Amino acid sequence: MTMVWVALGAALGAPARYLTDRAVQTRHDSLFPWGTLSVNMVGSLVLGCLTALTAHLSPTLTATVGIGFCGALTTYSTFSYETLRLLEIGSRFYAVANVAASLLGGFGAVGLGWTVGTWVT
Amino acid sequence: MSSTAGSSRPAAPVDPDVDLHAPAQQSQRAWDPAVLGAIAVGGVLGAEARYGMSIWLTHQPGEWPGSTWLVNTSGCFLIGVLMVVITELASSPHRLVRPFLGVGILGGYTTFSTAMVDVQQLAVAGREGLALGYLAATVAAALVATFAGATLARTTGAAWTRRRGPREPRP
Repeated sequence: MTMVWVALGAALGAPARYLTDRAVQTRHDSLFPWGTLSVNMVGSLVLGCLTALTAHLSPTLTATVGIGFCGALTTYSTFSYETLRLLEIGSRFYAVANVAASLLGGFGAVGLGWTVGTWVT
Repeated sequence: MSSTAGSSRPAAPVDPDVDLHAPAQQSQRAWDPAVLGAIAVGGVLGAEARYGMSIWLTHQPGEWPGSTWLVNTSGCFLIGVLMVVITELASSPHRLVRPFLGVGILGGYTTFSTAMVDVQQLAVAGREGLALGYLAATVAAALVATFAGATLARTTGAAWTRRRGPREPRP
């Protein structure tokens, strides 16, 4: 049954990533991959919070929102490909900035979500 | 983005999912039901594959999260292959290939949030060194795998074209 909840979350998460990426790109005409960074930060924040609350939540909700939605909303393949492309076109600064911002920001987002989650319980 | 001077092929996009610098994608409606459907179906398939891997390769708190690492590394290798095939090798790929395989399957398969939560959970379990090692190993493996996938596709594509001869028909 868990598979069904994962599917439900992913069916929403993947298109949400695409639409967010598009919306961000429409507003910021930049080589820097703001769209992917945004979805990865939001997903990390939500999953961090959810992880802190796991004991108090139903496994259904964890599977739908955590494994399905957050898993599909965030992406490592796009992040990695964009970094490589930035290196290939000579934007070394953007490439390094993308890795630094994603890792520091992602860790911070998880920490923030986790803190909120533990504070609530 | 501008293409490299003297280069015969157009510059490949930085963002493999959405690149509004590309005229073909600019004209595409954001709410194209076929594109969103392909992304959703691909996303479900990718997420189920990731979920299957996490059941197959479990880890205890404080242990190396091998499943997420393997999922992200293999997914990064595949995006490298896919993007070279789509942007450099295939002459006119179907418009749903990229939404389905790239944005959908590979985007749904790989995950940034779980990788970051894994790092944080290792730190919470008191394994700070392992957490840092995992963080570095994930990003390093991802970049190397993407580069390896792209390089493999490029060299295979070049060898294939050489054997097949130039595309132009003989006079």
